[in-house]
Amino acid sequence: MPSDDEALLSVTGLEVSFRTHEGLRPVVHGVDLRVARGERVAVVGESGSGKSTTAAAVIGLLPGTGTVSGGRVSFAGEDVTHADEKRLQRLRGREIGLIPQDPMSNLNPATRVGHQVAETLLAHRLAGRSAARKRAVELLGEAGIPEPERRYRQYPHELSGGLRQRVLIAIALACEPDLLIADEPTSALDVTVQRGILDHLERLRAERGASLLFVTHDLGLAADRADRVVVMSQGRIVEEGPAARILREPQHEYTKALVAAAPSLASARAAREAAATPDAAPAGSGSEPILVVDDLVRSFRIRGRSERLTAVDHVSFEVRPGTTTAVVGESGSGKTTLARLVLGLDTPDAGEVRVDSEHVATATGARRRAIRRAMQPVFQDPYASLDPMFTVEHLVDEPLRVFKVGDRASRRSRVAELLDHVALPRSVAQRHPTELSGGQRQRVAIARALALEPRLMVCDEAVSALDVLVQDQILTLLGDLQRDLGLTYLFITHDLAVVRLVAHDVVVMQQGTVVESGPVEAVFDAPEAGYTRELLAAIPGAGLVS
Amino acid sequence: MARYLLVRLLQSLVTLVLASMVVFAGVRALPGDPARALAGEDADPAAVAAIRARLGLDDPLPVQYLKFVGNLLHGDLGTSVRTGQPVIDLIKATLPVTLWLSLFAVLIAVVVGIGAGTAAAVWRGRWPEWVANLAALVGLSVPSFWLGILAILYLAVGLHWFPASGYVPLTDDPLRGIYYLVMPAAVLGTALAAVVMRQTRASMIATLTTDYVRTARAKGLPRSKVLTGFALRNSMIVVVTIVGLQLGGLISGAVVTERIFGLPGFGKLTLDSVFTRDYPVIEAVVLVVTVAYIVINLVVDLVYSLINPRIRVGGRTS
Repeated sequence: MPSDDEALLSVTGLEVSFRTHEGLRPVVHGVDLRVARGERVAVVGESGSGKSTTAAAVIGLLPGTGTVSGGRVSFAGEDVTHADEKRLQRLRGREIGLIPQDPMSNLNPATRVGHQVAETLLAHRLAGRSAARKRAVELLGEAGIPEPERRYRQYPHELSGGLRQRVLIAIALACEPDLLIADEPTSALDVTVQRGILDHLERLRAERGASLLFVTHDLGLAADRADRVVVMSQGRIVEEGPAARILREPQHEYTKALVAAAPSLASARAAREAAATPDAAPAGSGSEPILVVDDLVRSFRIRGRSERLTAVDHVSFEVRPGTTTAVVGESGSGKTTLARLVLGLDTPDAGEVRVDSEHVATATGARRRAIRRAMQPVFQDPYASLDPMFTVEHLVDEPLRVFKVGDRASRRSRVAELLDHVALPRSVAQRHPTELSGGQRQRVAIARALALEPRLMVCDEAVSALDVLVQDQILTLLGDLQRDLGLTYLFITHDLAVVRLVAHDVVVMQQGTVVESGPVEAVFDAPEAGYTRELLAAIPGAGLVS
Repeated sequence: MARYLLVRLLQSLVTLVLASMVVFAGVRALPGDPARALAGEDADPAAVAAIRARLGLDDPLPVQYLKFVGNLLHGDLGTSVRTGQPVIDLIKATLPVTLWLSLFAVLIAVVVGIGAGTAAAVWRGRWPEWVANLAALVGLSVPSFWLGILAILYLAVGLHWFPASGYVPLTDDPLRGIYYLVMPAAVLGTALAAVVMRQTRASMIATLTTDYVRTARAKGLPRSKVLTGFALRNSMIVVVTIVGLQLGGLISGAVVTERIFGLPGFGKLTLDSVFTRDYPVIEAVVLVVTVAYIVINLVVDLVYSLINPRIRVGGRTS
């Protein structure tokens, strides 16, 4: 760690608290952090670890009732801990640039994007109106936005997520700040887009000689992009050191768990282990497929355009019982439409989906209900997919009530049994989803899906909204359930690293078509399609482990 | 944009035709016979029949409707059964009064409502919010007829600040016209001001916690600029919708206010015509209100697209 004198940013004993009814509640406890000139430091931790709060405290933008209740923040030798609003205004944007997390929500929807860049220059009186406009166009171009002149005049909703993130980078770099704070700058983006943007950001940062404080939940990404990694947990720094050292020889228990759970790293290890051990015969081989997707087509009309968008374009594959087939692709690849078609929530234009040789789209009455029972979904967002007004018991036994299974007493004991299956204490039955953590909620969603003893579970991004450690637990749970109950999974995900950990077979989708499919080992070790290779290369941190 | 306007106008036309049917049928469903009302309680059946024939009430309903529409298309709204004056003259005389009254009411409501709502959002949890919330609660709860009577009692009779009743056309003497309108307009606009205040406050609070407001501050923009340029502008999207929805209600609400302040407006004409089964006038009144609603909605949609580029017509996501 650089000494206080040479550090550009120096945080000493920082304590941040939130005002509650019971008084001040500290969430960041005595954090010490230094960033030298030109240095790249990553702060890694799960949600709630205090990493973003620490970054927000540096620029005096703590949310809600947050306040710095102890310690010191100094920038370029000047104490700015309790600086007044005027001083902070100069600090923000001019001396410290912030690249926020979500490109969808961080641009003013009512203002042209170019103006949002120019505004920064105008606020700091670095240029007059026309000069600021001209410079903003240049900045958009430098941030890697094609046709910057045209894009300048567009509104945020007219730009893709990747382009919006580039606009945010242009804004952060506009005044050539000495320090860039990047708070999960690409976690809302697809991996290939993420890689392009981070490479570009690194180039711009290096040219300007700026320092970087990189906040992320992804240890692999942190190791890829920073010289030094600081690991935070529950508001404290638990470990710090050079990136490669942290990954290879983590000292603290928490860091060890994090390294073990990070899918990008774990999948790299899985690859080595797979190479070392002879391949066990995959379950269910030779038996009849449980799910057949045959030449499926689904297109949508887009408002204001004549041509239709083909979301699923002649897709075929089979899923063997007791195995996991992953469908992987980036946003817009059609994987969610495919999931809806498989579940019978949407009707295909052509082709068919068969579950146990029954046609999903055309089955009616008892046969349709039988298919519905055999196949249950688990969705991405456990905060949105559980009705907050219901108790956990009510949520889990709902499918039983809908299908009129058992009486009240038998349903109650079944719920208890299901909670055991997903490793939740039986006492949560009478609680509401709002009282549970994200991981617990996803367990409830899985318990609900298990209620009817389905044979096939369709998991649509079922672990994407969860922190790595929780994600690891849920993946383990799914694996255990598969082994104990002989479940089959159709696992829809954007995350190739997760695929390697859980799937037997993989289907890679791009713009509605299947570009490659086959056993996971074959696809990962010898990818044929260029797109698959690109996806694999974009998994962060993989190179550091092997 | 031109295409959008055209489509909207065509849609409005359909609405208008449907409205005219509903109005026509609705008025005829009212209990009471206009011919009998006109002839008097004790008139002999022959006289009533004569009146009925003169008014065309003998014709089958579809024929009556077609005649009604035909006349409408010629700009002929008919003649008042009660006074014998052309309906169009009655409307010309009364509509401007109500329009001015409503316009001032909206103006007062928007200025007061947005001002108070912004203050309440910015000084959240402190006295300006308490005062604004309390005022909004009172404004919504107090019926306008009572508020009107109080205003007359204290501001007009007691303090002599405003005239208790009467109307001066703004075209004759703008200053005196406004002077006469301020009190009734404030009374009429009170409830709307309360709604606007609450909406502004709620959407400002929501906007102030958005990521893009935080990003704006992280750029180093001054607080005042963030408030006006970012928070207020984005909050207005909700407010414009509410004002638009309430505007039509204002015209109907004017009935009571006009009664209290003795304004010779549209509301008075409506009440008088309903009580005397004056079919042609009722039909014309309801049609005018319908047209007003349609125009207001069109204007609101256009304003809406001006402040919210996401729904700007022809705007596309690339």
